[in-house]
Amino acid sequence: MVMLETKNLGISFGGLRAVDEFNLTVNKGQLYGLIGPNGAGKTTVFNLLTGVYAPTSGGFFLEGQSLAGKSPLEINRSGIARTFQNIRLFKDMSVIDNVKVGLHNAARYSLFEGLLMLPRYAAEEAALEKRARELLRVFDLDGEREYLASNLPYGKQRKLEIARALATSPKLLLLDEPAAGMNPNETAELMETIRFVRDEFDMTILLIEHDMKLVSGICEQVTVLNFGTTLAQGETSAVLSDPKVVRAYLGE
Amino acid sequence: MKTRLQRLLPLVWAIALFGVILLLMVTKVLPRSYQQMLPTICTYIIMAVSLNLVVGFLGDLSLGHAAFYAIGAYVGGMILRYMTAIPFGLRMIVAIVAAAVVAFGVGAAFLYLVRKLRGDYLAIVTLAFGEFVRSIVKIIPGTGGSAGLTDIPTIAAGAFPAKYIKAFSWSYLVMILCIFFIVNLIRSRHGRAIMAVRDNAIAAASVGINVSRCRIVTFAIAALFAGIAGVLYAANTAAVNPADFDYNVSIEVLVMVVLGGMGNIGGSIIATIILVALPKILLDAAQYRLLIYAVALIAMMMLNANPRFVSFKRRVGEKLGAKFKSLRKGRA
Repeated sequence: MVMLETKNLGISFGGLRAVDEFNLTVNKGQLYGLIGPNGAGKTTVFNLLTGVYAPTSGGFFLEGQSLAGKSPLEINRSGIARTFQNIRLFKDMSVIDNVKVGLHNAARYSLFEGLLMLPRYAAEEAALEKRARELLRVFDLDGEREYLASNLPYGKQRKLEIARALATSPKLLLLDEPAAGMNPNETAELMETIRFVRDEFDMTILLIEHDMKLVSGICEQVTVLNFGTTLAQGETSAVLSDPKVVRAYLGE
Repeated sequence: MKTRLQRLLPLVWAIALFGVILLLMVTKVLPRSYQQMLPTICTYIIMAVSLNLVVGFLGDLSLGHAAFYAIGAYVGGMILRYMTAIPFGLRMIVAIVAAAVVAFGVGAAFLYLVRKLRGDYLAIVTLAFGEFVRSIVKIIPGTGGSAGLTDIPTIAAGAFPAKYIKAFSWSYLVMILCIFFIVNLIRSRHGRAIMAVRDNAIAAASVGINVSRCRIVTFAIAALFAGIAGVLYAANTAAVNPADFDYNVSIEVLVMVVLGGMGNIGGSIIATIILVALPKILLDAAQYRLLIYAVALIAMMMLNANPRFVSFKRRVGEKLGAKFKSLRKGRA
């Protein structure tokens, strides 16, 4: 079953064609990699898929539903969640509150019920607390739940971002360089976590990564971008040994 | 997580404090001038705590909080003045509800119109809005124009100390309710959404929070409480004048919020008590009030930008917190 499909997706900033004719099909439950040299347009693709930018051409579909031009809010509610390359946590809030913000729409009590602390407020907040701690436990962050998010070490901040994204119960998870700044041990651990998330939450994951060990280790398929155009697409091992791809990364 | 009972504990403290102050008033231990000051403190606490919602929790700078204070004072004052068919107690409640609704509506409409603005730009527009409201009020019939609205039936009626006890009781009750609602708001999922928007609006939108609506509603709720504070002002002073709501009032309240710590409700309350009471206690210093505010504000900004002071403050806070905890354990 197709989870995400993009059709000739493209965006121009003035005269610059940042992404051109981008076609991608990600099946449900797949772990898909998006790679390419710096400035290839990978994060721009993510920004298109999450509504930060509206595409100037083409479109994309989540389970057949067209989402091009929708706002980030609508796209999240339709089932796409993301993490950011430059971590964007709610830094002055506690770790658990970060996850609870992700659960905002999962709770059903109204503003009024909250103001008056009516029974439904207490019941829903208790459920929220339980759900948030379950998520934190998956990422081994439960012990630090009362810390300020900005006081977590870098690797854990990245994990917390994934936990927060998962809290919105998405169908598709976009990870923007999840291993950036991690040491080899942390990266190995992260690979296990990503695989676990896919299996446990029955998640479809599209990720951008520069760490080839991670990409070849967990991605079943990859797409290589270079200067906004698709250079190669297919099985990970085949694509990574493609001379065109090697050339794009290492030069002639 | 705290149980509901623990969350209600501050309410018990608030009632106890009310009892103590009442006792001091009845026995006249508290001199007349101080008794007179109490309702003003309550009013300003509502102002500071509600402004903190915008400045500290939402992260938007408002320099026009006095506009909603004025709206509340005029709506409430006119109801108290003209709807004399209703008994006074009920009229106060009608005035408070009406002022809250109008201030909420105006606040929501205002921020809806300028929702694209943030930071300095929003601050300038709120400053202008404050002056705008002050001018508009003068041309509305029944407000008394530039001379102001006078002869408002006051809650401080009767002999000393009964009249101040009555005024204080009303103000205190309303203040506690306002603080109760604001604290509950912050502890709810909507409160977390407000802080998320402050910390990172892009990330907040990416997890399904309607950033624009969140800002409008938060601003309007802050306006609502400022409107309620306005009714207390009108009912305490018996006269309201457009000059009572100039931008100095907005700045004064902002100083209270900054001094008490942005995003810190308890801090706002303490800073307000100090800033309202201090000039009256040091009578000679009253004329230097604004100067003191300015110095305090600059000192806070400089100190909070200094990492050594910030870490000192944190250490002191942790020490006090630990001591408090051990005290509580000792008692239990």
